[in-house]
Amino acid sequence: MGTYPREIQESIERVEATRPARLATKPARLTLQEQETLLKGFHPDYRAEGKRKLKVGASWGEPVPHELADLLEAYPLLDPGAVDVTKPDLDVDLLVIGGGGAGTVAAIWAHLSGVPAERILIATKLRHGDSNSIMAQGGIQAADKPHDSPAIHYLDVLGGGHFTNDPKLVRAMVEDAPELIRWHEDLGVMYDKAPDGTMSEIHGGGTSRKRMHSAKDYTGLEIMRVLRDEARSRGVPVLEFSPAVELLTDSQSQVVGAVLWNLETGEYTVVRAKATILATGGWGRLHIQGFPTTNHYGATADGLVLAYRVGAKLRDLDAVQYHPTGAAYPDQLVGLLITEKVRGMDAQPLNRLGEAFVHPLEPRDVESAAFIRECLPPEKGGRGLGIVTPTGMVGVWLDTPMVDMIHGKGSFERALSSIYRMYIRFDIDPTREPILVYPTLHYQNGGVVIDEHGWTGIPGLYAAGEVEGGVHGKNRLMGNSLLDYNVFGRRAGIAAAAWAKKASPGTPSLAHVRRYAEQLQSAGVAPERKAPILLPEYRGEKALSRMVDLL
Amino acid sequence: MNEITVFIMGKGYRVPAGLTIMKAMEYAGYRLARGCGCRGGYCGACATVYRLPGDYKLYADLACQTPVQDGMYIAQLPFTPAERPAYTLGDLKAEGQTLLALFPELARCVACNTCTKACPQKLEVMDAVQASLRGDIRGVAEFTFDCVSCGLCTMRCPAEISHHHVWQLARRLNGAYLTPRAEHVQTRVAEIAAGKFKAELDKLVTMTKDELVAAYKARQIEA
Repeated sequence: MGTYPREIQESIERVEATRPARLATKPARLTLQEQETLLKGFHPDYRAEGKRKLKVGASWGEPVPHELADLLEAYPLLDPGAVDVTKPDLDVDLLVIGGGGAGTVAAIWAHLSGVPAERILIATKLRHGDSNSIMAQGGIQAADKPHDSPAIHYLDVLGGGHFTNDPKLVRAMVEDAPELIRWHEDLGVMYDKAPDGTMSEIHGGGTSRKRMHSAKDYTGLEIMRVLRDEARSRGVPVLEFSPAVELLTDSQSQVVGAVLWNLETGEYTVVRAKATILATGGWGRLHIQGFPTTNHYGATADGLVLAYRVGAKLRDLDAVQYHPTGAAYPDQLVGLLITEKVRGMDAQPLNRLGEAFVHPLEPRDVESAAFIRECLPPEKGGRGLGIVTPTGMVGVWLDTPMVDMIHGKGSFERALSSIYRMYIRFDIDPTREPILVYPTLHYQNGGVVIDEHGWTGIPGLYAAGEVEGGVHGKNRLMGNSLLDYNVFGRRAGIAAAAWAKKASPGTPSLAHVRRYAEQLQSAGVAPERKAPILLPEYRGEKALSRMVDLL
Repeated sequence: MNEITVFIMGKGYRVPAGLTIMKAMEYAGYRLARGCGCRGGYCGACATVYRLPGDYKLYADLACQTPVQDGMYIAQLPFTPAERPAYTLGDLKAEGQTLLALFPELARCVACNTCTKACPQKLEVMDAVQASLRGDIRGVAEFTFDCVSCGLCTMRCPAEISHHHVWQLARRLNGAYLTPRAEHVQTRVAEIAAGKFKAELDKLVTMTKDELVAAYKARQIEA
């Protein structure tokens, strides 16, 4: 004890005082009407002022968060007049933009489909594997037990997405799932298994069968590093610290590669490609509506910006996935995920006064809205009963000591070992002290429209993984993101390889970028805004305010 | 605000107490590209070494997970050069000599345990080296499962072992050859290939929303 600052300690004393009475009771579940009122009042997706309708481009009129609209309605970061893109520096069959899960799977399957390794190029913003794929903890869904089926998986996915998903994409995902799990076994992924090889599978939120495969609570890391090693064995070239800053098109409006930019030297590289796969991931680092995020450093929606400028359609980007329990303290853990299982094992969310204010297991969006209402100040319609941390974060308590009190000593450390280790590193013992949590920006539900082969509808351009939309509709279920990137990475890799065999790309140009800039001008967009942003801005204000560019 | 002084590559900056090394560097004005990945302790991009005033030890940890201390001298490792021999998993056998044949430098281990002390995940790294030498592939795989490939052990190793590449191969050999396959997965793949679920899915993809909602509500939930 004693790791929390004194002002927070006082609140913990209140939590301890109310605990004996709370051990036997829980707040009632909300009625559907009450849920709806809470969502409309406090869920970030229901805040009309959080979004605006796009005023240019193929998805004109669609509402998206301001943070994304600011990037879509923005001028090119790279001045098209400043570079000569007509003479490619590199000429390949397949350019994969993004070195996370989707891009790596796509490259491997393009190679398996007959594209020579040296005719493939993976270009990635950070290092090969630095991605949301590597951070996933929980698992990957696949209906491979006798009492389960792809049809049941299909219904679960659609219900989770509020029936807004693209049926043919969901079908592709559930039908391919078992085959991809088998492929992972071939590659040597160490899934959790019984001694006879039977997969250990559990429930995720919204599943009707236990079909979550895992590798301890490092599932994403284990799959990603195996895929990366396989790509290395195949000799697929990777350009790291080389984000794509613009796609290239030819006179037939085909996508024919991209301009890469060396993050360290500032040099640009023109890559001409017969086929291009966008696998750039999501948008967590846009911090939509000011939320912290579970996402990796490079999740800045670059792929959406690039695709939109060549005319690709976007969908379901009005739906943001917030996970209710992101860590809010200590600062080192802010935004990181605290699994729903902690509440499943009876830890209660509490306000500053130690009062339970919501049932622990409302649906994710409802639970998040309740936390937000508790923390918002009264002048913004909230209750102002959150706990403020020394770095200015606000959160509610998750009363973790209740787990051992209800389930027996040692239960927490056994069942929630990664969370336990995560806090012990910072001298907080969650079996003795509550932890602070707040909703965290977790996933980009929508994205670039694709067909079941990952094709965007633009000749030569494919998309896979978090950058694409339609698979999850307005809300993704746990365990379907790792599956999504494997299924559509594979499909896009195969389809792009087939396209590359017959494609004849013309001279690369940035004509589409110039045209898009003209549309922005006509729509009255101010010239200051530039995109893609490539990296979030985290430098200190004091340092930034005194920075001058001299060399 | 309670401020402390940290020395980033030897140059002093005042930063708020309680920040991680990563956030302290950003606060001081650094825009990271190298040395920053997932920011959550999974990717291993932010390997960092540091010293504390009046202490002879060279410490090693992840910048995203380590709070700054007053007087700390910090240097990030932007990259760990590490040799990964060419191999194809399908050509290898999960046998005693496989690791040593590809990574003969394993035999240069002097059992100094510096690797273990450098590990931010607190893994028993030297035990994994010894298991590699014994040809205990499963042991290596299990000892190293939580490895984030940050390279800190590799940079400290007097035997010049490229640890994370050895561990990666051991885990793949273990997963592919030393662990029984899931028969139910093979069965399901064959069933799908034979079209067992085709008619049902053909029907589902054409159902109206009302029909889908009804089917969804009627699902049996596995206990």
